[in-house]
Amino acid sequence: MELLEKILAQHSFLKDLEKKYLQLMVGCASNVRFDAGTFIYREREDANHFYILRAGKVALEIHNGGCEAITIETLAAGDVLGWAWLVPPYRWHADAHVLEMTRAIALDGKCLRDKCRDDHHLGYELMMRIVPLITHQLQATQLQLMDVYGVRK
Amino acid sequence: MEKNETRPCTLSAEKEIVAVARKDFPALFDSLWANGFRILGPTLGEGAIVYDELHGVDDLPSGWTDEQDGATYRLKKRSDEALFGYNVGPHAWKKFLFPPKLRLWRAEASNNGLNIIEEKQTEQKFALIGVKACELKAILIQDQVFLGGEYADPIYQNRRKDALLIAVNCTQAGKTCFCVSMNAGPRVESGFDLCLTEVLAEDAHYFIVEIGSEQGAGIMANVPHSNQTQGAEKAIQAIATNTAQQMGRVMDTENIQALLQDNFEHSRWDDVASRCLTCANCTMACPTCFCSTVEDVTDITGDHAERWRQWDSCFTMDFTYMNHGHARASAKSRYRQWMTHKLSTWFDQFGTSGCVGCGRCITWCPVAIDITEEVSAIRANQTGGKPASSSL
Amino acid sequence: MYTVFENRQGTAVPESLPNPLLPVPYRVLQNKRNTHDVFTLDVEPVNGGNFPHFLPGQFNMLYFFGKGDAAISISGDPTTEQPFRHTIRRAGVVTQALEKLKPGGVLGIRGPFGVPWPVKEAEGQDVLLVAGGIGLAPLRPAMYTLLANRDNYRKISLFHGARTPEDLLYVTELEQWRSRLDLQVWVSVDAATRNWMGDVGVVTKLIAKASFDPLNVVALICGPEIMMRFTIQELEKIQIKSDKIFLSMERNMKCAVGFCGHCQYGPHFLCKEGPVFRYDQVQSLLGKREV
Repeated sequence: MELLEKILAQHSFLKDLEKKYLQLMVGCASNVRFDAGTFIYREREDANHFYILRAGKVALEIHNGGCEAITIETLAAGDVLGWAWLVPPYRWHADAHVLEMTRAIALDGKCLRDKCRDDHHLGYELMMRIVPLITHQLQATQLQLMDVYGVRK
Repeated sequence: MEKNETRPCTLSAEKEIVAVARKDFPALFDSLWANGFRILGPTLGEGAIVYDELHGVDDLPSGWTDEQDGATYRLKKRSDEALFGYNVGPHAWKKFLFPPKLRLWRAEASNNGLNIIEEKQTEQKFALIGVKACELKAILIQDQVFLGGEYADPIYQNRRKDALLIAVNCTQAGKTCFCVSMNAGPRVESGFDLCLTEVLAEDAHYFIVEIGSEQGAGIMANVPHSNQTQGAEKAIQAIATNTAQQMGRVMDTENIQALLQDNFEHSRWDDVASRCLTCANCTMACPTCFCSTVEDVTDITGDHAERWRQWDSCFTMDFTYMNHGHARASAKSRYRQWMTHKLSTWFDQFGTSGCVGCGRCITWCPVAIDITEEVSAIRANQTGGKPASSSL
Repeated sequence: MYTVFENRQGTAVPESLPNPLLPVPYRVLQNKRNTHDVFTLDVEPVNGGNFPHFLPGQFNMLYFFGKGDAAISISGDPTTEQPFRHTIRRAGVVTQALEKLKPGGVLGIRGPFGVPWPVKEAEGQDVLLVAGGIGLAPLRPAMYTLLANRDNYRKISLFHGARTPEDLLYVTELEQWRSRLDLQVWVSVDAATRNWMGDVGVVTKLIAKASFDPLNVVALICGPEIMMRFTIQELEKIQIKSDKIFLSMERNMKCAVGFCGHCQYGPHFLCKEGPVFRYDQVQSLLGKREV
């Protein structure tokens, strides 16, 4: 547990979080490991966790029904994977495909969102950390959509 | 200008002044021809006073003047026989130094692949006669553009190096004139080989001639003249003062460089864009506008290609065409570019204004857009770069 | 106003080109395909003359017989004797014609022109090179120069973003560079299928992950204007100063020597004051539309 707390406290995602909340996060955290080729989650599954990646590489994929899948983003050590656990209806909207063996700290989003409901200050703290992630990803997606390297006619 | 060592127009500290009677004026033309110059100057044509080759003093617009205002130009008879008693017409001298259209080179497909054949430059020397102060300033500005940088434009350089500049002091200003605001006139100060001041008094018609270079002095050696010029300086000054008082337009140039760059989003740009036809008349008439484009052509055999250069305008859509679109697609952005360049970014590029206050852009704009009025409107309601909010 | 350039390497003025408007004939040695719409032309002077010296980031005007000119950055190695090398994306009439040139074919060249990347000034510092799409072509000569003088620089990081893995330029070279221990090479594509094992996402995202000293780094950026703006935002987040960021701009070019007026960007002539600008020179213009 002490190790988990140390790792979480040092991660930029939880930087400067009050000690009592940090301990609460530690209570919701567990070390996980995913082998290459497996899926951490799949589209439309219930989103009850999110992950702070410590090593490895994960691709967010959207498939077209066949075996072909388009990778829209890759995530690696230091990245935070998943925010669907915080937003109703709490379902994943992409596949998280493990490209290289990945170690992560899983956080129980279901447990956290119940606690946020009871303690809005915790809710605020988490929102202020999740929203920048979402914004950043939205901006990146906008840039990808613009297809800036393509020839525009 | 240090690079342009071939320019003949060096002003000696002690300017020599002589006087030439009207009856002896043709001798000036003879002297120019004798020295191998083609004489280019004002003449009647196209319903205006234009610049063309002169074959004699009779080609000058003797007794004619012009009346100008926004989108208006009319020739009018004078009550005297003045040779240079007009303002400026639709032509600028740049048409001789920076030709509107010319072939830069030819290319032949050969066994060896490709032969590029440089176009032979004209070897004829020009004498430009009748260059007004604002126009002389415009020539000096284009010197900066074509000769002042790392590279020299070989066509301009060839035409300019032997050009003899015979300036004329303006004796009257028109309704679109504002050279005083631009510090470009009305008196010719420097940069000339000869400078004429036409004096018409009762029973007298003569020219005061200021000699600005050795070459100018050489030309004058063969022209009958008098050295009795007491009071000439005073007379020139009086004419200049009188002309300065007639300026039809005024432009407040204080801090204008920052004014336009700081008001990039001013609502006035939309206003002027709603009137501007993007016809490019202003840029063609402007004596300092220097933009050009090239056209590559081949003949029907495909073995012979040419590159032609011609005047271009920042008002045309294709001016900023890139493969992924036009940088300045709207009329607003193109007018803004032209005016901001002329009055503001020109300072960044060449250390001077790009405007000499000749008024051609006002006269020859079909919808009478007035650059001085546009500046006033922006100055009157400054937005600091933000869009002006509309008042209720 | 332009004193910034006094400390930088001067523009190479080819003495063999007295008339800058006149192309010199060059022969194609090789025309190599890079991607479906990008190819690389190696050329040498037809008349056996010397190659004009060029500096990283400079460009040439390539003339195809009867069609016209295209401004193309030089993408070869300025540190060794080798043919002029241009990596070109097919876009307009001229580049479409150039694409069809075979070895032995002839074209005209004017140049080199323009202000180079500040590789000399970057000595003693970390260097970031951020290349979007074809933007790697003008940065490659800078990379060669850095590597030829590797000891003069601290950490060197190259970021290359492309549309898809098939659009990546110089893949073999990227692999070689990536295998070096004295370089960080990050490659990312906007979208990929599962065959691609590399990163997916915008190239700007990778910058935060690289290791360099934000207080002692020079960033060289070349790519589409939007991508460069986003890259600058990332660099500003980590407090890189605007006078440490350099970018290569694009505008319509005709004469390449400041006479024709087409490439004006605010007060600047891109052809002679650029294409490489220090960010603070163009900072106020970059956010504006239709400059």
